[in-house]
Amino acid sequence: MSRVNEFAFKIATANGTGSASANGLIMQAIFRMGVPVTGKNVFPSNIQGLPTWYEIRVSGRGYTARTPTFDLMVALNPATYSKDISEVRTGGWLMYDSTWPLDERLRRHDVTCLGIPLAEMCNERFTGVRERILLKNVAYAGALAALLDMDTDVIRTLLKEKYSRKPALMDSNQKAMDLGYEFAKANFECPLPIHLQRMNETKDAILIDGNTAAALGCVYAGATVGAWYPITPSTSMMEAFKGFCQKYRHDGATNENRFAILQAEDELAAIGMVIGAGWAGARAFTPTSGPGISLMNEFIGLAYYAEVPAVVFDVQRTGPSTGMPTRTQQGDLLTCAFASHGDTRHVCLYPADPREAFEFAVHAFDVAERFQTPVFVLTDLDIGMNDWMVPKLSWDDSYRPDRGKVLTAAQLDAVTNFHRYLDVDGDGVPYRTLPGTHPKGAYFTRGSGHNRFGVYTEDADEYTDVVDRIARKIHNARKSLPAPVIRTQAGAKIGLVTVGACHGACLEALDLLAHEGIMVDFMRVRGYPFADEVGAFLEAHEMNFVVEQNRDAQLRSLITLDTGVPLEKLESVRYYGGFPLSAHHVIEGVKAKLEKAA
Amino acid sequence: MTYITKPKIHHPALQKNEIGLTRRDYEGAVTTLCAGCGHDSITAALIQAFWELSIAPHTVAKLSGIGCSSKTPTYFLREAHGFNGVHGRMPSLVTGANAANRDLLYIGVSGDGDSLSIGLGQLCHAIRRNVNVLYVLENNGVYGLTKGQFSASADPGSTSKRGEANTMDAIDGCLLALTLGATFVARSFSGDKAQLVPILKAGLSHKGFAFIDVISPCVTFNDHEGSTKSYAYTRENNVEVVQADFVEPSRAITADYQAGAVSNVMMHDGNWVRLRKVAENYDPKDRDHSYRYIRNRQKAGEIVTGLLYISPDSKDMHEQLGTATASLSQLPFEALCPGSTELEKLQQRFR
Repeated sequence: MSRVNEFAFKIATANGTGSASANGLIMQAIFRMGVPVTGKNVFPSNIQGLPTWYEIRVSGRGYTARTPTFDLMVALNPATYSKDISEVRTGGWLMYDSTWPLDERLRRHDVTCLGIPLAEMCNERFTGVRERILLKNVAYAGALAALLDMDTDVIRTLLKEKYSRKPALMDSNQKAMDLGYEFAKANFECPLPIHLQRMNETKDAILIDGNTAAALGCVYAGATVGAWYPITPSTSMMEAFKGFCQKYRHDGATNENRFAILQAEDELAAIGMVIGAGWAGARAFTPTSGPGISLMNEFIGLAYYAEVPAVVFDVQRTGPSTGMPTRTQQGDLLTCAFASHGDTRHVCLYPADPREAFEFAVHAFDVAERFQTPVFVLTDLDIGMNDWMVPKLSWDDSYRPDRGKVLTAAQLDAVTNFHRYLDVDGDGVPYRTLPGTHPKGAYFTRGSGHNRFGVYTEDADEYTDVVDRIARKIHNARKSLPAPVIRTQAGAKIGLVTVGACHGACLEALDLLAHEGIMVDFMRVRGYPFADEVGAFLEAHEMNFVVEQNRDAQLRSLITLDTGVPLEKLESVRYYGGFPLSAHHVIEGVKAKLEKAA
Repeated sequence: MTYITKPKIHHPALQKNEIGLTRRDYEGAVTTLCAGCGHDSITAALIQAFWELSIAPHTVAKLSGIGCSSKTPTYFLREAHGFNGVHGRMPSLVTGANAANRDLLYIGVSGDGDSLSIGLGQLCHAIRRNVNVLYVLENNGVYGLTKGQFSASADPGSTSKRGEANTMDAIDGCLLALTLGATFVARSFSGDKAQLVPILKAGLSHKGFAFIDVISPCVTFNDHEGSTKSYAYTRENNVEVVQADFVEPSRAITADYQAGAVSNVMMHDGNWVRLRKVAENYDPKDRDHSYRYIRNRQKAGEIVTGLLYISPDSKDMHEQLGTATASLSQLPFEALCPGSTELEKLQQRFR
């Protein structure tokens, strides 16, 4: 297999040394050369000092999943030398700082060492401790540019764009870039067999993280109230929302904001504010992660039972408890679907990448208001915080929010009596009113037992009547959710079902399995309650693999509960160590089960 | 149990306010609280205050938590939307509702369990944000619905119905509010309607968080000898320091008090609150002084009541956030969505 435009490399540094900006530059340069690229930031729960890595996968064929081994390692953190060198494939390369002799831990006979005196060069050329440390990163980027045959014009343009207002910084960055570039050119055979070649595969694409995309979705959906409590890995979503609102929703003439961002005292208050705002007629949301969902549970039950729209983004991280806050997982599938005590069941949307995060964010508000219920958008750290290459976001200007069945003052004027929880249309969705609209629209919103008229009750039949209608309403919502993505091929008797960010790894695995003659159909669910197609797909296959990133096969449980398809038809393939899923996890899982079955 | 709806037949002779409504128009469902409950007197005072201010009931939003006190929004303003949330979390609901629709007049009703135990954090932060709401803490020192446990406002030494003495110090809502920077702090007694009604009216006119702690005896679990939240004890030991007279701008301020004892505060809506000092040397515009005064009187076993503190320059949540003067929930979609051309332009940033 040609390694041109088909390789992966990894950069190991320490947190807080400023490598993020150099790594971003490398990503962007590759992207601007028209070559598909994905970046995964593997970072610690720490501000300064602990190890951090950046993984870049270049794939002309468009594969985006994480690879567990690398063609090239840039090892700049002595604390992780042993681990880093072990991840290089046989025949691969190691770049290290040759200011100091090669560390014994980095020595491997099947790996080519590329020593570059990064510290020495930067110390000679630059003054100031901070500058020297920062520019060392740019110098390794320069060396990579030579080794991988990056377009130097592209890099020059990027630096110009980035430092257009700071010419001094642009100069020093360009110098550092040249230092690394020229050293590599003079001392190694450039480019390496793994290298880049211009393509035209990125012109309709962008590089964006899911939190930014979801925040943009909230802006476009017309959300005006955002309440939150900072929690990794969701924090950047509200920061992005704030940035977009300041750009698009701030009136310079009057100095007025057409948004309210409330940094709450905790997640209990954050969801309370969202429910209060939804009740009063604004589109409101809160971004959080697993521990936040745990805290929100009581309020979520209130919104479900009192039928108040709310949108909750769960950027999942590794649980339980504090878990590994900077690692990814799909561990909240069950907790979101059934959040709160008593009988509850919630609408969930499962984007697979930032583009879907944008689209589903908009959709979530429509569904929440149409069905008067909380809606969860479940992404994860991988989608939320990593830069993904996705097709450009598009917007239909004819879109208008679906505010659901909200009675206006004129409509209320015309009715004799308004009853909040009466199923007038027979679809399980009652009419609601907003406070302040009309004296006839007044009712009492309560989490205590109520009948179809909204009046307090402890009567068995009256209580059952309402909760049964709500169950019907949520069940009906499945038809308004994004349909599953299904890819079938002739003769396949095996199916594979997955969710969210597993998408890329699963498709890559299925391609590789097909090369070996193992044909597998693919389905990715995108909404809960599941669409009718989900059960049909499972029934149509003799055997189904359910691929997900949690220990307890939560998706498989959810599918069985929802579709009635027996557990025996669902073989579980799981990876839950905290890294994004790789194709080999899927292949190994599938093969092991197939061998066992044979 | 269901709520009994009162018939909406009015005696023709009932007095009407400026918008042609009688007091009956400000009522709600029949109370299900115990006969003689202090909370019902507060409800009556609220009805009186809203009626006197000629507020259209449907422009009010009533929010509460869980507990006896939190049931009361059902018993007034039947034409106003109500929201009975979860225990201790009403402040976040009212914060969100107010963020969405600032045109409504918000009243939050809570109790000492709701506000000073399970919801202490939310109360503190709503005060800190200065959410524009009249916040009434109906304080009886006891958990009624669960039958008689001490609450965090029970005074040390106060005994339960079974004779057990409370050993822990009380959390005093007014002192708490003062330390947190509350812009309006008052204390009253459910049995003193003459004092309570003007305070409620002033609180409704205040732009910001108007905190009113109302001692409201629980006739079933905390009205015995030995309780410091009983009718008898409160009547005997409450000392009014500042009387708030609520004066609408259309009515002349008649100076029938001794010079120097009266000061007027103009509210954001043009109404005036006339503060009449009852205690000598009390300054309701001096936070530190108010705190010290209440604390010192407390040590002497006295419950200081009246409008205890009012900030002349209160900036509510919206002013701090710089939100649009029109309610966010009323903004047209076109004013919120940047559209496809902007999206195309923006995405250059992601290339």
